[in-house]
Amino acid sequence: MDLHFRDVEPTDDERATVDALLGPPESSWEGAERTEADLRWSSGGHAARSRRDLLLPGLHALADRVGWISEGALAYLCRRLTVAPAEAYGVATSYPLFSVTPRPATVLHVCTDLVCTAAGASALCAGIESRLGGLKALEGLEGGDRVAVRRASCLGLCERAPAALAVKAGDPVRTAVAAPATVETAVLAATAPDSAPQEPPAEAAVPRTGQPAPVLLGRVGVVDPSSVDDYRAHGGCTALRRAFALGPAGVLREIVDSGLVGRGDAAFPTGHDGRAVPVGRVWQAAASRPDQPRHLVCNAHESGPGAFKDRVLMEGDPYALVEAMTIAAYAIGARRGYLYLRGEHPRAARRMRRAVDRARARGLLGDDVLGRGHAFDIEIRRGAGAYVCGEETAVLRSIEGYRAEPCPTPPSPPSPPSPSEKGLFGGPTVVVDVETLVSVLPILTEGPAASASRLVCVSGSVDRPGVHELPYGAALGELLARAGVRPDLRAVLVGGAAGGFVRPDQLDVPVGSGVVIAFDGTVPLPRLLSRVAEFFRAESCGLCVPCRIGTVRQEEALHRLVDPAGPAAADDLALLREVGRAMRDASLCGLGRSAWNAVESGVDRLGVYG
Amino acid sequence: MTVTSLGVPRRLLEFALDGEPVCVPEGTTLLDACRAFGKEIPALCQVGTLAPGGACRLCVVEVEGADALVASCCREAEPGMRVRSGSERVRHSRRTVLELLASSVDLSTTPQAMGWIEEYGARPDRFGPGAARSEEAPILDNGLVVRDPGKCLRCGNCVAACGGQGRHTFALAVSGRGAETRVGVEYDAPLTDSACVYCGDCLDVCPTGALSSRTEFDLRVAGTWDEPAQTATTTVCGHCGVGCRLTLHVQDNEIVKVTSPHDGPVTRGHLCIKGRFGHQYIQNRD
Repeated sequence: MDLHFRDVEPTDDERATVDALLGPPESSWEGAERTEADLRWSSGGHAARSRRDLLLPGLHALADRVGWISEGALAYLCRRLTVAPAEAYGVATSYPLFSVTPRPATVLHVCTDLVCTAAGASALCAGIESRLGGLKALEGLEGGDRVAVRRASCLGLCERAPAALAVKAGDPVRTAVAAPATVETAVLAATAPDSAPQEPPAEAAVPRTGQPAPVLLGRVGVVDPSSVDDYRAHGGCTALRRAFALGPAGVLREIVDSGLVGRGDAAFPTGHDGRAVPVGRVWQAAASRPDQPRHLVCNAHESGPGAFKDRVLMEGDPYALVEAMTIAAYAIGARRGYLYLRGEHPRAARRMRRAVDRARARGLLGDDVLGRGHAFDIEIRRGAGAYVCGEETAVLRSIEGYRAEPCPTPPSPPSPPSPSEKGLFGGPTVVVDVETLVSVLPILTEGPAASASRLVCVSGSVDRPGVHELPYGAALGELLARAGVRPDLRAVLVGGAAGGFVRPDQLDVPVGSGVVIAFDGTVPLPRLLSRVAEFFRAESCGLCVPCRIGTVRQEEALHRLVDPAGPAAADDLALLREVGRAMRDASLCGLGRSAWNAVESGVDRLGVYG
Repeated sequence: MTVTSLGVPRRLLEFALDGEPVCVPEGTTLLDACRAFGKEIPALCQVGTLAPGGACRLCVVEVEGADALVASCCREAEPGMRVRSGSERVRHSRRTVLELLASSVDLSTTPQAMGWIEEYGARPDRFGPGAARSEEAPILDNGLVVRDPGKCLRCGNCVAACGGQGRHTFALAVSGRGAETRVGVEYDAPLTDSACVYCGDCLDVCPTGALSSRTEFDLRVAGTWDEPAQTATTTVCGHCGVGCRLTLHVQDNEIVKVTSPHDGPVTRGHLCIKGRFGHQYIQNRD
């Protein structure tokens, strides 16, 4: 492949950043000085292209160091990885966290999603923008203290809404979270991230309500998240030892017997076709494939509004995820696992990185895990803001260094290839979310019946927002009572943006999803519906027509419906229904298929425009 | 004599298409199966030489047991499947997708689009005058290839033909996300600054005419492009010894377009800059 580059050069900083990630270039092909040796040597083919998966980490490195991705920097990264610059530009622009136009080193991401909107994000944004001068800060890039304000989709800090995340590019990159944010705390986080107050500990997001002892959250707030010894002292590694005693087939049998089902984000459950598939069967399918290498991918990229349980688990009990990934990899015969987490969760990334490093140093990861001959290691990959990466084929493409888009050929069984047959880098792959993985630990230590609880993120108009652990089948009303729901409840959104609204008089249904948001009367319901529509319009990857254009038309119609008494309201409702039905039926992946759910339930069940 | 490879013999499988049992060779897509049995299925982004991309979603059909409709171009027939190719649910999706598409891009040069809009009773204007459209002007940055984003379906066929499924030049790529998705060169640079080798293979796989030759574009602007009056003559390129098959599209005794049959035995529809654009010498009488 003969690459063509425009006449652009990286700055010294950009070159050093890329070299720090990839090592110094070996030849002029990769961008080094041309020498005599280069005249009798060429590079290319599969070997040169085999590092494509480092494109996303490379883009992150540049964004962290410089704040944006310049043409010279991208070209140099492309030379190093033998990737065409047009393609890499396409990859970079498929992620909302990256900018390919100059912007100040500091970016303040202000969450304007559902929960934060209900908590006053609009006023917060306006206040911050007037204080910081908004994007006008672009004039005079030289000043290091300029700040770009970006209105973001859900930052996953919903229990502390409204939230803002400041990222100050540099060496090293600095981050600060202001949540709950005021104009003052957000501006402080952006202008002086080092002196901003520390985030509360992870357990602050786990309300203790005196219910039966939590199983999945049992160690959050009890164990020191930075210490392997403390983890072991609190029952850590028991499940892993049991797994080694059972053997891979035995572990798979235990998981099948437990009936564990995937608990991913609402639009993208671990199963295909929108149905939860028993995890054990998927793992068995991958384990029975003859091809090697097999891969394990832990998709911790939960970015639907109202979802933050993965973050809490990773921040509060990171070694549990390391152990659970090791067990899953042992069961399916994978030697490498990828943990794909959100770029907006710097603390979770830091803690997981430290946990993986220490686990490796202590023999919990590496060529010989616990001296039992099983080789396994974990690589951490950061996403860059694309909600669609919750979809299991999109996360694989993202890790491989392609655009954040799902795979067009439907992975629904029995139609091949599903990831368990042909997934990451073409090998059999199991994609699984954090909660499902962590649920494997009690199944192994306490038997198959131990999977009977699930985690639910509760946020919005409640006194005790956070992650609640519930027995399966518990009623929504019971959960809300536990979370301390406030009196003037107007609507409950179950399942986040991809879920549906429930009326306050319908709370006797079982909790069917891991995300519950309670709304009172502060924000008018039509405003919430149009915010849901805005979310899907902003998060559509653009691959298929019904979702790319349908989400735009849905948002336009909902904006018109802000005045529901208008003469065209009936037409607009009919139009919404027809577009919604086509999105649900004809879209390529779960994102488009669920883009109409919440709006439909708002219209039909809440009677928002009735 | 043309030697046609018959390939490995394939097993036949049986499935139900609109209630009728049908038999097709293993590996046949539902789209090909439907068409083989006379079902009219609209499809824009599916081109025989490229792997299906499933972007336009016009070719959706209903497969019993699946929650959503499936793009028939991407799904292979399976034994025992029960497929409905023209149910109300299918027609509703196709109509709405046509409306969405026609309301956001200019389909005036898309073959068959107007016929489908009529057939399915689509009303693209129902989204009102305020509906967002791609309004970008055609990009005339070189003398051979015109890119018109206002007509682009974003199916990515040109990207596939330029890149890994054809030329391996990688001059074009899909960038942006959602409604901002577009096809172009890195940092929106002009094509003249890109890796483009002007083979024109992208023109051949563009379903909407968003990519066209400068000649065709100029004739259309002048209002003198008259497709029904054109003749198509298949011949062999004389520039070198490879023997690429050419189809010369002639209007008023002038070559206005050069394509290559996708089933051409030598290059399967691929041409180079000389074959695609270098035909003026034929009409030079000096």
